[in-house]
Amino acid sequence: CFQGLTKSQNRANMSDIVPPEVRPKPAVPAKPPNGGSTLLGYIGIDTIIEQMRKKTMKTGFDFNIMVVGPSGLGKSTLVNTLFKSQVSRKSAGWSRDEKIPKTVEIKSVSHVIEEGGVKMKLTVVDTPGFGDQINNDNCWEPISKYINEQFEKFLKEEVNITRKKRIPDTRVHCCLYFIPPTGHSLRQLDVEFMKRLSHSVNIIPVIAKSDTMTVEERQEFKQRVRKELEMNGIEFYPQKEFDDDIEDKSDNDKIRRMHLQEMMPFAVVGSDKEYQVNGKRVLGRKTPWGIIEVENPNHCEFAQLRDFLIRSHLQDLKEVTHNIHYETYRAKRLNDNGGLHPITSNDTQKIYDFHP
Amino acid sequence: MASTEIARQAGEGVRAVPLAGHVGFDSMPDQLVNKSVNRGFCFNILCVGETGLGKSTLMDTLFNTKFEGEPTQHNQPGVTLKSNTYELQESNVRLKLTVVNTVGFGDQINKEDSYKSIVEFIDAQFEAYLQEELKIKRTLHSYHDTRIHACLYFIAPTGHSLKSLDLVTMKKLDSKVNIIPIVAKSDAISKSELAKFKIKITSELVSNGVQIYQFPTDDESVAEINSTMNSHLPFAVVGSTEEVKIGNKMVKARQYPWGTVQVENENHCDFVKLREMLIRVNMEDLREQTHTRHYELYRRCKLEEMGFKDTDPDSKPFSLQETYEAKRNEFMGELQKKEEEMRQMFVQRVKEKEAELKEAEKELHEKFDRLKKLHQDEKKKLEEKKKTLDDEVNTFKQKKTAAELLQNQAQQAGGSTTLKRDKERKKQRFL
Repeated sequence: CFQGLTKSQNRANMSDIVPPEVRPKPAVPAKPPNGGSTLLGYIGIDTIIEQMRKKTMKTGFDFNIMVVGPSGLGKSTLVNTLFKSQVSRKSAGWSRDEKIPKTVEIKSVSHVIEEGGVKMKLTVVDTPGFGDQINNDNCWEPISKYINEQFEKFLKEEVNITRKKRIPDTRVHCCLYFIPPTGHSLRQLDVEFMKRLSHSVNIIPVIAKSDTMTVEERQEFKQRVRKELEMNGIEFYPQKEFDDDIEDKSDNDKIRRMHLQEMMPFAVVGSDKEYQVNGKRVLGRKTPWGIIEVENPNHCEFAQLRDFLIRSHLQDLKEVTHNIHYETYRAKRLNDNGGLHPITSNDTQKIYDFHP
Repeated sequence: MASTEIARQAGEGVRAVPLAGHVGFDSMPDQLVNKSVNRGFCFNILCVGETGLGKSTLMDTLFNTKFEGEPTQHNQPGVTLKSNTYELQESNVRLKLTVVNTVGFGDQINKEDSYKSIVEFIDAQFEAYLQEELKIKRTLHSYHDTRIHACLYFIAPTGHSLKSLDLVTMKKLDSKVNIIPIVAKSDAISKSELAKFKIKITSELVSNGVQIYQFPTDDESVAEINSTMNSHLPFAVVGSTEEVKIGNKMVKARQYPWGTVQVENENHCDFVKLREMLIRVNMEDLREQTHTRHYELYRRCKLEEMGFKDTDPDSKPFSLQETYEAKRNEFMGELQKKEEEMRQMFVQRVKEKEAELKEAEKELHEKFDRLKKLHQDEKKKLEEKKKTLDDEVNTFKQKKTAAELLQNQAQQAGGSTTLKRDKERKKQRFL
């Protein structure tokens, strides 16, 4: 029988999850507000972690990522590098026979990828034509409309009388916004886009093709970009304002978030070609003056972006999308009186023009 | 690998692509679990059974604690449900456990309505969740879930068959909650009788169409153990929080003159099986079933009752909204009417009160005038009296001075006796 009582552990960090095979830890006396219950032995409550994990692995995950930026910034390459597979088809520019699209198109492609028993349906939403025209007025509209349409789809399913067991989730969980490495500052297009969309989607700004800048230029550019974002009141992911909303953020999380915000936007380089460096095969870009290793933290910040996006904040991105962006959309939608007709672009204008 | 829902849903045109290296999203379950651990878990158990079947003791034994609480009084007129919430913690897992007890179940003479309060309670929890879900501004992710995840139905160890009260109650509950039937105080039945009892119970449940909770057998890792356990239902349990020394260990047991029943000995009772199934293997599945099956059924019925309908796919998304809107407008109209009425009433009342007050004011004025007049009259009278008195005093003074003068003159003229006589005479006249 287990009669020892040990001190309780802190809230687990990711590495601290106790696998249930580690047989029973003596239980801890709880301090319930309505007093009176002391545990005197192992019950097995902590096995719920393993039960939950099994269930989630069985059902698999959806993840939808959108890439936005003018063409030629290496968006598709970066996504392919991130997920180490051909999930995004690189466009080779517009051939003479194809017309340059007059508006921004939305192209979404889905693939199923599996790793370690975990299956993920990854949908990459590409936005060719963004920022490519001479007159780029309102080029964010189709994107905003698309995002709201996904919210609308989800809302319709949720509001049904007979609901599906698992509502298919096509909502955009994350939007990678590609900033051209001009070295000067954000363009007006960048500011406008991010200002309008940061309230309906998680925006992660990245500095693309950062191998055109030296390390010092990179730092300066990043600082300037950050300042401009702050001045314009653009909250990119991870957002500070949501720290109080989602209560399960511990202080550690808040500190981590602040560290992260200081490193963002990440300056990245993408590549799907492998080269031999120091006896290892690495992803990189070969230039006459050397090989830029994509996953080398000294060369660029790709590894940090990947770790941040996939290894630690994947679930959080989904949760913020569901608990905050979706709820905001839903509340606004349910508050609209009468005139219930399918969403036209006018409505999206109304919805995303509403800045709280 | 068993096909997952993702792959099934992927269906048309979604290819699987191979990965050229380690990406890292296999940490996703860990991320998800981590968040849940931070949030804490909820588990709600409902214990239904007659008085004295050892419900509270079993809960204490299952969760290895002494749940606070005096033995409940059993003199209530109907069936009441008492719920207590406890916060337990094991390693890094925090569990908010709510145990709901039925007090007075089976105590009445007429037990026809016993099940009603239980059904109402369960429905009330569903309703609360539904209300939260229908709110415009809602906080579902931090909502404290009070829906009942598991219902332990305590069967009295008669050894014969199920009582009709049990059958009726279970039939009413099987579509609302996961029912796990258990034979309470099973040390009262011998092993052979117990086996027959179990068979009888299961056959009665089947023949009456009662759907008890089946442990899930679709996940290979637990399929085997779950299916064997399914055949052991209902579990015959014994609960005890007292410890007895057996050999060189302290075990939970009940001590009788003829021997000791060890709670955690699988030969003696099915307590260990119950604990395995309820907590260590299927807790998450119980929660999921409650949410995806029982709650959805309740929600569907409730919404249909309120008048919403999914008609055809074209109008599907809006029917809910439209009916909602129509109802809302109706409601608003009613509200406005009521407001008007109240306003009218208010205005009326104010008028009345005003009139009253005016009346009162007039009266007061009149009274004041009257009093004033009275006062003046009194004053005048008094003044007159004063005047007469003054006059009298004056005349007296005059007479006095005249008398004194005469006296002096008489004295000077001589003959005091005449003066005296005169004086006497004057005095007499005055008296």
